[in-house]
Amino acid sequence: MNQRYLIPLTAVFLLFLLAYAGVEGLGLQVVFGVLIPYLAIAAFLIGFVIKVKGWAASAVPFRIPTTCGQQKSLPWIKQNTIDNPNTSAGVFVRMLLEIFAFRSLFRNTKAAFNRNVSNKLTYSWELFLWVGALAFHYAFLVVLLRHLRFFTAPVPGFIQLLEYFDGIIQLGLPGLFVSGPVLLLATLFLLSRRVLDAKVSYISQASDYFPLFLIIGIAATGIAMRYFTKVDIIGIKEMTMGLVTFHPHIPEEVGGLFYGHLFLVSILFAYFPMSKLMHMGGIFLSPTRNMANNTRAKRHVNPWNYDVPIHTYEQYEDHFRDKMIEAGLPVDKKE
Amino acid sequence: MADELTPDEALDKIDFSPRSSSEPRNWLDTTKSVQIRPGMYCYAAKPESVETLGLPNARQWNPLEDDWKLPENWQEILHEGIKERLERFRTFKIFMDICVRCGACADKCHFFLGTGDPKNMPVLRAELLRSIYRNDFTFAGKLLKNIPGGKRLLGSREMSLEALKEMWYYFFQCTECRRCSVFCPYGIDTAEITIIGRELLNLLGLNIDWIATPVSNCYQTGNHLGIQPHAFKDMLDFFVEDIEDITGVDCTPQYQKKGADILFITPSGDVFADPGTYTCQGYMILFKYLKDKYGLDVTWSTYASEGGNFGFFTSHETMKRLNAKMYAEAKRLGVKWILGGECGHMWRVINQYMDTMNGPADFLEVPVNPITGTRFENAASTKMVHICEFTADLIKHGKLELDKSRNSNRVLTFHDSCNPARGMGLLDEPRYCIQACADQFYEMPPNTIREQTFCCGSGAGLNAGENIELRMAGALPRANAVKYVHEKFGVNSLATICAIDRAALPTMCEYWVPEVDVIGVHELVGNALILPGEKERTEDLRMEPLPGVEEE
Repeated sequence: MNQRYLIPLTAVFLLFLLAYAGVEGLGLQVVFGVLIPYLAIAAFLIGFVIKVKGWAASAVPFRIPTTCGQQKSLPWIKQNTIDNPNTSAGVFVRMLLEIFAFRSLFRNTKAAFNRNVSNKLTYSWELFLWVGALAFHYAFLVVLLRHLRFFTAPVPGFIQLLEYFDGIIQLGLPGLFVSGPVLLLATLFLLSRRVLDAKVSYISQASDYFPLFLIIGIAATGIAMRYFTKVDIIGIKEMTMGLVTFHPHIPEEVGGLFYGHLFLVSILFAYFPMSKLMHMGGIFLSPTRNMANNTRAKRHVNPWNYDVPIHTYEQYEDHFRDKMIEAGLPVDKKE
Repeated sequence: MADELTPDEALDKIDFSPRSSSEPRNWLDTTKSVQIRPGMYCYAAKPESVETLGLPNARQWNPLEDDWKLPENWQEILHEGIKERLERFRTFKIFMDICVRCGACADKCHFFLGTGDPKNMPVLRAELLRSIYRNDFTFAGKLLKNIPGGKRLLGSREMSLEALKEMWYYFFQCTECRRCSVFCPYGIDTAEITIIGRELLNLLGLNIDWIATPVSNCYQTGNHLGIQPHAFKDMLDFFVEDIEDITGVDCTPQYQKKGADILFITPSGDVFADPGTYTCQGYMILFKYLKDKYGLDVTWSTYASEGGNFGFFTSHETMKRLNAKMYAEAKRLGVKWILGGECGHMWRVINQYMDTMNGPADFLEVPVNPITGTRFENAASTKMVHICEFTADLIKHGKLELDKSRNSNRVLTFHDSCNPARGMGLLDEPRYCIQACADQFYEMPPNTIREQTFCCGSGAGLNAGENIELRMAGALPRANAVKYVHEKFGVNSLATICAIDRAALPTMCEYWVPEVDVIGVHELVGNALILPGEKERTEDLRMEPLPGVEEE
């Protein structure tokens, strides 16, 4: 067994138990239901802003997009305006596709080497990672937006619409929201890749497993509450509305499972800014994607461009003058 | 040569599943046993080359010895160096922070595909530095480093001598080709990390000689190979004689001509070694043709006689110091604009760095091709045009008389060089030129060309002799695709627009795909172009009989 995933797995279990026992055993509802959620949100917001401001504070000295298609050059050569944009409109579309459709990941291939049979390297299109990543991110987004129901009264129309589509298969009672199981399955898929694919396993750290287990824990407790243990939804809404209106209120009938769920969510929020999860913010700022490939047409300025010593033509001619004259090369000074 | 691996032995070593090797379970543990292996590394920079540019810690040292003769406070120098670069390069800061280790880049690197060494997965190459960044510069790292086992959780580590050696070894096993960056969902560019990593290593005097000596030569003498002005002219004079033998026309070029229309700059490799020399002859034939037909005045310069820029493989500052000559010479000569020859990293530097570093080039004019009237809007600020853009424009307007049959013995494919492909997007211009000069052209498989092209395995200063095992391993994916079209379509010529390619790919072909020649695009142009007043040609630029001639 591997410590790199056993430790984060154990940690997530213990975190859940801590909240569960804290509430059920010690009656620490206020700590896990009010104090920690507030702190977690504060840590998330402050940490996120600090991180993004830190990135923005760093200079962008050079315009270095990775070009993934034909440049704009001669008028009769067809430019790839999205993968090699020379205008901000092109960059906008490129970023849109990158952020919402994971376009680069869509290119993913899998290499194989067949020793002794053909002795050839082959590459096949590998879509599982793209599908898994899309399923995970969109399911998470839908789940997150659906939870706005707990923080709004009356519940806005778009959330009701979202719930309508999320529950469109009309299975079971309470009706199944597809996003929940999809989130759980996609996370399990991403986890299985980390464990089973030798290459990905090699590069994975505990800090890669931790958020996966955390999200699995969140999804599992959420699903358990909605479909199996049937928690006191009225009480929970009273509590969440209390949080969002800054009039905290602890309902009586809500048990440890909910507090475990809430605690894991709090941990995720607080952990977010100091982890790789910040790729959510970073992708917007990635200079290889968010810049136009037009440096030859339009000068890009480097804020810290400083003068450097160079070897001038005069120094060069002084060094080689006799040889140049002898070879019949033009010189500025005859001696 | 005796201790070199045969292609068969090299193939035996490939294994894409790191578990099955003798690697420890956590790669962080392997720093204790960094094995710098002959065949995989380049010799250390000679002190005199480091001194020429006044770079730090010039001394004799050997990577295989325990003592690398580092300055006393080397950890502090590196720490400060990283800190400074985090402020200077948003790329660096973001790429240190946001990798999720999804593994999409893992099997995109030619060095990983050719060696199976897990540390050649781009993500891991970056993690070597990232692990230290996490420890020293992040909130989580500072929080966890004092807790027992905390570093393990985060995957961070101290800047130890072993970690430094490992970074040196693997940053000089990356050719900065950017293929991984195409596949990364956040556009993380390992080339950028390697560039900054090498810049950091240079703070301690840890360059390799195959980079440091060309840099020193280029700074002092004007070109990487250290060809002095009179010798440069001698070499082109040889080509003049050869071309005259073949065509009967005198193509003598002009040097340092003040008031010429265009300054032409190409990598010195084209002047120095076959088959680049034939490409160079192609340029000379083209310029002679344009001079005679249209009166275009092109000059060469022995001062700015290097298009390439090994400074790019050293540090941003060194790149700027070498690149400065292009504009300085254009200004001194009073030309209208600059034309650049076929080269890979040269064009990344020109396209993405030159104007920013050494511009604005307000003493030049927006490039206009006086023969066709085409205004090169895409080069309006930098004022430097790629010769393939220039030639494609001439061909499109019917300004060149070309005899394709002179290249009819060539069954061609085109190798996109990394930098023009992924740092510029010059993809269709060279293909247009090739197809105007030859009839038989076949593409390699789609995921090995254009933006997904595979590196020659010898770029970014790694084209040395002592690391031949690394180079041949890195060239395998490219060779594999060449072999495919060689077997399927009978391709016998690999066209390219890069001087490093012209130096590296013949070795690759000899090793992996014998019977395939490497040829520059302008060699094809030189063969096909009908010079005014030329005699009936019986030989191509390689002085081999033209197709159909031997039977007569």
